[in-house]
Amino acid sequence: MAVVESIPVSEDPDSSFSSVVVRFAGDSGDGMQLTGSNFTEATALHGNDLATFPDFPAEIRAPAGATFGVSAFQIYFGSDEVTTAGDDVDVLVVMNPAALITNLKDLLVGGMIIADQDAFTSRNLSRAGYTSNPLEDGSLDAYRLISIDITKQVIRSVEPFGLSHKFAVRCKNMWTLGLVMWLFDRDKQITIDNLNTKFALKQDIAKANIAALNAGHSYAETAELPSGVEVYKIQKAEVEKGLYRNTTGSEALAFGLIAGGQLADISLTFASYPITPASSLLHTLSAHKEFDVVTFQAEDEIAAACAAIGASFAGSLGITSSSGPGISLKGEAISLACATELPMVIVSTQRGGPSTGLPTKTEQSDLNQALYGRHADTTLPVIASSTPGNCFDVAIEAVRLATKFSTPVLLLSDGYLANASEPWIIPDLNDYDSFKVVHETNPEGFSPANRDEDTLARVWAKPGTPGLEHRIGGIEKDFETGDISYDADNHQKMTDVRKAKIDGIVRFIPNQEVSLGNAQGELVVVGWGSTYGAIHQAVKRCRARGADVSHIHIRYLLPMPGNLGELLKGYKKILVPELNTGQLVNVLRSKYLIDAEQLNKISGQPFKIRELVEGIHSLLGEVK
Amino acid sequence: MNAPEKLTLKDFATDQEVRWCPGCGDYAILKCVQKLMPELGVPKEKIVFVSGIGCSSRFPYYMNTYGFHTIHGRAPAIATGVKLSNPELDVWLVTGDGDGLSIGGNHMLHVLRRNVDLQILLFNNEIYGLTKGQYSPTSQLGTHSPSTPDGSLDKPLNPCSFAMGSGARFVARTIDTETKHMTPLLKRAHEHKGASFVEIYQNCPVYNDGIFDYVKDKKRAAETRLVVEHGKPLLFGVDNQKGLRLNIQMLGLEVVTLGEDGVTESDIMVHDETNRPLANMLAELRTPDFPEAIGVLYCNPEQSYVNAVRQQIEVVRAKKGIADLNDLLRQGHTWQVE
Repeated sequence: MAVVESIPVSEDPDSSFSSVVVRFAGDSGDGMQLTGSNFTEATALHGNDLATFPDFPAEIRAPAGATFGVSAFQIYFGSDEVTTAGDDVDVLVVMNPAALITNLKDLLVGGMIIADQDAFTSRNLSRAGYTSNPLEDGSLDAYRLISIDITKQVIRSVEPFGLSHKFAVRCKNMWTLGLVMWLFDRDKQITIDNLNTKFALKQDIAKANIAALNAGHSYAETAELPSGVEVYKIQKAEVEKGLYRNTTGSEALAFGLIAGGQLADISLTFASYPITPASSLLHTLSAHKEFDVVTFQAEDEIAAACAAIGASFAGSLGITSSSGPGISLKGEAISLACATELPMVIVSTQRGGPSTGLPTKTEQSDLNQALYGRHADTTLPVIASSTPGNCFDVAIEAVRLATKFSTPVLLLSDGYLANASEPWIIPDLNDYDSFKVVHETNPEGFSPANRDEDTLARVWAKPGTPGLEHRIGGIEKDFETGDISYDADNHQKMTDVRKAKIDGIVRFIPNQEVSLGNAQGELVVVGWGSTYGAIHQAVKRCRARGADVSHIHIRYLLPMPGNLGELLKGYKKILVPELNTGQLVNVLRSKYLIDAEQLNKISGQPFKIRELVEGIHSLLGEVK
Repeated sequence: MNAPEKLTLKDFATDQEVRWCPGCGDYAILKCVQKLMPELGVPKEKIVFVSGIGCSSRFPYYMNTYGFHTIHGRAPAIATGVKLSNPELDVWLVTGDGDGLSIGGNHMLHVLRRNVDLQILLFNNEIYGLTKGQYSPTSQLGTHSPSTPDGSLDKPLNPCSFAMGSGARFVARTIDTETKHMTPLLKRAHEHKGASFVEIYQNCPVYNDGIFDYVKDKKRAAETRLVVEHGKPLLFGVDNQKGLRLNIQMLGLEVVTLGEDGVTESDIMVHDETNRPLANMLAELRTPDFPEAIGVLYCNPEQSYVNAVRQQIEVVRAKKGIADLNDLLRQGHTWQVE
């Protein structure tokens, strides 16, 4: 059975557990993200399925010990299929009181706390809002507390390397990682390799960190831990066969864009402006100039969108990327791309809003913006990725749609997908069908207004081609000649054809499939985007308990798959969970005139499986 | 192979009816540019005109080359994208004082700073024409317009000073109806590798008529116009009897008269296009205290941005070798599940 709610800190530590959630939490300068990513790699190599959730503050270096500066990294791993970063924490590693007070609410009763007691000074305690030391006052009696003088241990272990006190203390994340690796029987070699690479030019730092890692491991191994704490064995997961690597959504998206460019046989111009959490896409592509991609950090969001449009006019595929506030700024330019019918890809990595909102947290509140967030009737295809690995395929699809239909395409990702990592079966580019772009070269009968009869895509004639000199622009153009036209009937005709082109894409996308369950029944849970993993697990659990519930996950949000309306009408009830106030649900209601229920959460955090199970129960009644 | 056929002005005119107001300075500029094109020897298909929004930005519709009439203020960014995609293209950017310095001021700053290889023609008529006559960022203080019926209150921007301050490597100024001056100047702008900024004093006969008469009127021009040429002394006035001398105490230029107070031609500053402080001073000269400088104020080339981008890409490719996405995806830590 798929239900995974076991706690590693059981009465019988020798037994195997199906899954565990571990969260590392500390100051934003404590290196928790690095600790988490190293533990993730070791866990993947161990053969567990896993998902991660990095959760960090917007402040780069908040004052030490401040609650708002707590950075956390959660990993959920197990011997069964893992599709979310987990609901409740089994093992909480805290580097200071602020990390404890902000994360304790997510720890299961009976769960384990590993704390650095040296950081629980009166100053740090009062900063976090404690009036007495929770490690000593009995307030943590409901948990299994392992309080260790980590800072002292670290300083002792790195003494031979002559580091300053500041640098010595910085090694405490590796010491802690060593301890946790022992706890879950991970191989620390991969981390040692990583440290040697990362600090190749600073040998003393590399050696000190490795010494700290080994010291933490030995500390646990030599039974200095309280009795009853022993190695927990998590069986290897039964996962699909293949060659794997870990990927974040941002990485997979970047690689997907490169792959799309290759399949389209077209060079890419990626223009962007730094914004959290979208910047990593710019970073990844900028680091891979060996591919046919030119990257450009523009002076602002508008310039980034415009440079992408200029590149598309010149014959490359222009791509721009941002998050909600930046997408707002790009709106006018995207409408120009709609009016001139140039191919373009816009990646929107959603975050908590409105305005600056919660830059480092996740949300799905920019669906309306993607669908409608521009002036005039500017309809464009909108597609969404659902898992980090899925970003690869969705990016390819964005490139395909943009080039095939000569239109801007909006690809929705979010902060969770961008940062979360998961094991990913490495795709083979040879398995993908190419969709080679052919620029117009024939002057015979050429007009910039010419269209493909089947797709209605406007002809793409690039500057440099003799005999095809032409002008395009934002003013309405004549349907036949492409010249400026203020004619009333022509504007109607042009508006109609632009819409018909986008509507017609429905003939070139796959029908909607049911992700899990049946094509009809009592209840269907309809999601889009990064809620895939949580919905999948929730539906799986409820089905395992006999509930008649299915899961549909929509990739094509505009146009929607041709069979979606009929498919939805096959269920008695429809539940639409979203990390917004109800955006997709309104689209489904108005488009298909269906009575869909909504389930919403706008806290900057992903859904917990439990929350969705409760939502299903509320519609079906408790399933025993 | 056939020798390329000789193109003429007509080859660069489109069949579109030109829709500027009668008497607009834009006509003269259009004619000058169309006439210049065949002389540049660039194949028509490699030429791209990009514009923003405003009267001047209708320009691409009248040039039988590739053209893109974009959105307000954003032409520099779009032109940058065009060049990034295909550095072989010869890209001209046509803008105005509102488009280029108000809504698009940020993009203008950065396209100049980056030194993107473009010819930027900024038609300065000190007014918003297409939106019916509101004052612009180059309008004189006190300009009466529909949005400032009691006179504008904010000081005007000097386009050439803005360009200098932005780090432009080629800054020039000319006048719409002075074809003989404009033609060689645009040729120079075209030869220059990098961003070439050309301010063109342009008359708007409807909303700001005669605003440049002080410098266009032949009778007054001798006193108000300083035609600068590299290597030549900064002389002006009837019979060139006046000149500009460097006042070292004031760190600035001053007007002197030859023959008065012992001033001779050897006291007169000689124009050096590569002298940045001098170009800054020339850009700032304003009537009535000074004549206004016309010509190439500054030309001091350095590598263009797009060239640098391409070179960096070449270096990376030479170092990394043939790119294979399948290989890249399999680098780092991978594991096989059997």
